[in-house]
Amino acid sequence: MGKRAGQVEGGRAGGRTGNGTPRQGAGEAGRRDWLLGASGLAALALAGRPGRVAAQAPAFDWKRHAGQSIEVHLIRSPRGELLHQGVKEFTELTGIRVGSEQVPEQQSRQKTVIEFNAGKTSFDVVHLSYHVQKEQFGRGRWLEDLRPLFTTEVPADFELSDFSDSGMAYATQADGRVDSLPLNLDPWILYWNKALFAEKGLAYPKSYDELAAAAKALHDPKKGVVGFVGRGLKNANVPLWGGFLLGWGGRYLDDAGQLATTSPEAIASASFYRDLLRNTGPVGAAGYNWNEAQGLFLQGRAAMWLDGSGFAPPLEDPKRSRIVGQVGYGVLPPGPKHQVSPTFGDGIGISATSTKKGPAWYYLIWATGKLMQARMLATGSGAAVRRSAYANAEARQALKVPEAWLDAVSASLEIARPGLPAIEAVNEFRDVYGIALSNMLTGADVEAELARATTAFAPVLAKSQR
Amino acid sequence: MARIGPARDLTTPRPSQPSQPSRPPGPSQPLQPPGRQAVLARRSYVAFILPAILVVGAVIVFPWVFTLWMSLFDWKIGDRPAFVGLANYAGLATDSRFLESVVHTLVFTALAVILPLVLGTVAALVFAENFPLRGVVRSVFVLPMMATPVAIALVWTMMFHPQQGVLNYLLGLVGIPPSEWVYSPALAIPCLVLVDIWQWTPLVMLVVLGGLAALPTEPLEAARIDGATRWQAFRHVTLPLLLPFILVAAVIRTIDALKTFDTIYVITQGGPGTASETINLHLYLQAFSYYQMGKASAIVVVFFVLVVALSLLLVWLRERSRLVV
Repeated sequence: MGKRAGQVEGGRAGGRTGNGTPRQGAGEAGRRDWLLGASGLAALALAGRPGRVAAQAPAFDWKRHAGQSIEVHLIRSPRGELLHQGVKEFTELTGIRVGSEQVPEQQSRQKTVIEFNAGKTSFDVVHLSYHVQKEQFGRGRWLEDLRPLFTTEVPADFELSDFSDSGMAYATQADGRVDSLPLNLDPWILYWNKALFAEKGLAYPKSYDELAAAAKALHDPKKGVVGFVGRGLKNANVPLWGGFLLGWGGRYLDDAGQLATTSPEAIASASFYRDLLRNTGPVGAAGYNWNEAQGLFLQGRAAMWLDGSGFAPPLEDPKRSRIVGQVGYGVLPPGPKHQVSPTFGDGIGISATSTKKGPAWYYLIWATGKLMQARMLATGSGAAVRRSAYANAEARQALKVPEAWLDAVSASLEIARPGLPAIEAVNEFRDVYGIALSNMLTGADVEAELARATTAFAPVLAKSQR
Repeated sequence: MARIGPARDLTTPRPSQPSQPSRPPGPSQPLQPPGRQAVLARRSYVAFILPAILVVGAVIVFPWVFTLWMSLFDWKIGDRPAFVGLANYAGLATDSRFLESVVHTLVFTALAVILPLVLGTVAALVFAENFPLRGVVRSVFVLPMMATPVAIALVWTMMFHPQQGVLNYLLGLVGIPPSEWVYSPALAIPCLVLVDIWQWTPLVMLVVLGGLAALPTEPLEAARIDGATRWQAFRHVTLPLLLPFILVAAVIRTIDALKTFDTIYVITQGGPGTASETINLHLYLQAFSYYQMGKASAIVVVFFVLVVALSLLLVWLRERSRLVV
């Protein structure tokens, strides 16, 4: 390992820029870095600039751990599926055998927490959702700090600087440890039915007010068409409100880390969320998760749908969708103060209890490598976190979804902001505020519900921050 | 043989040998002092009982003691447990969301027990009569009981969908406006009860049908000879005789309804908001979403007390009904 250190340093040829330095907290500076990072990624995507190539190509022995075996725990998702399907290729490349399992998101979260807490995990490599598990894993120091490996054990084309700064910010703990590598980013985009818009002679909205007006104009219950559909189900609904909250200039937490969810911005954005879904959304919107929303939109019975960026493949699949070719992919319009896309991310790390960290690290290099990232983009499995993927002509050419999707994703990453607060008790947060939002949809008072949720969650937050 | 002799004697004491219960019969058995015999017998009991004691201790007693112990701690997975005494229980007493879940549990249980009991008893009375294709109809009737609850829940979820569900389509055919079904806070629990009734009424029917088959025919014949109408014979003869069987079904249904989790989790996840959140759902969130194991353990203990109390009440009612009969 020591012998390779100098070679790899040379291969990095300058290493990361200032924006790639570890984030030192979740305050304004952190958010600014995040925003700048996302902008960089989008700019590259739009300009089609090729990713930086290593100045030197140090010899990297992919077969170093041949004959060993590792266990990989993946969250069932398009990203997980992509990695799962590539296992054979990885084994051919490295000689490392892989036991790869995909577990549904909720069960995966439970399994990993229980195993980490037991002090010994059955897996060497673990896939995590940053918006839920980053703080938890970081607090427990459950993942291996990868920083020493960045300079000692990487192939020439690894290029840490190729990762978007926003992705690396997600992967970096508050104390500076980088205990995972980012796999993808998921900005929320606005799906819109171009045929329904054309029928009414409407253009794509340029503001929240226009969005609400378009939803109202397109809402036609007699025809079975709703103006807007989105998540109303408790817990799942928080990011949707969160996007509007950020657009209003509000925040989940203030600079002191206290809840800012009774602010005028919070009330205004929650009222907007309620009115949009209650007045121009489907009956029973309080029970809608992404699945129900997708079902309605697929059938051409919703004019607009705001959700994560991973839904283009089903919308363009003739076997499942009645609106193939009619779907528009847009950036969430500007709010009263900011234009923001609530964004989430996945990463992949090495269990601190693993006895096979060497081969596990090789898996991480491969899984987050340029080839797999380009494939992720081409298959529409997610928004790649490497800059080079967006500049990869082959990936763009092989894109199985309309290029408009890529443009919307790229532009959304330009205005990306974390969709949930960076706190350990994020599950409780989603649940408590999710219930308040659901209650609003079924008639409860916005201000009273936000006040109640804030009162209920404040002690949980205080306890988790001790 | 010599070792198991005393055991046989103890379970079936022989009047002819009251003073020597531990001595095995047979002229070839060597005589041993009674004290040594008793010690050997005790040792043999231990050898037979020990595996069962170990299993029960490992899978029932230890988890219970551990749960009770953990309920005295403030412990979130990943953090160090801190002893808090009865604070978790005190917290539950003032936790409005938990108390709301208790109410939801009791309402759901009451409806999911009483309605299947009534419908199941009626169905049993119908199936006790002879009519063409009775066997086929009865087999079809019990099919829901055999299906996997999660699969059933997924099917009902689709049926309840306000826009795409078949239920609103059927309502539309007869000119009734669409309903929000489980998407409405007011209708969530009634809809979940509907699913439960659909699945578990057959169980009640089977239990009561078994009871009907076991009833003596003489009292019913005597009532008819005395001029009782069918309703009077049912009300004053059949029903009182059936009551112990109905109460057995009630005990089974009560325990089942109290612990219902899968169908509620799949269909509503406790929502909208917390409109259908039962103790089980609340417990699941505390344990496996928030990882608050101390509080979750306290909820388990409270829930256990509730289940035992309701079960004892029903057992007491059953005993009482026997005395009345």
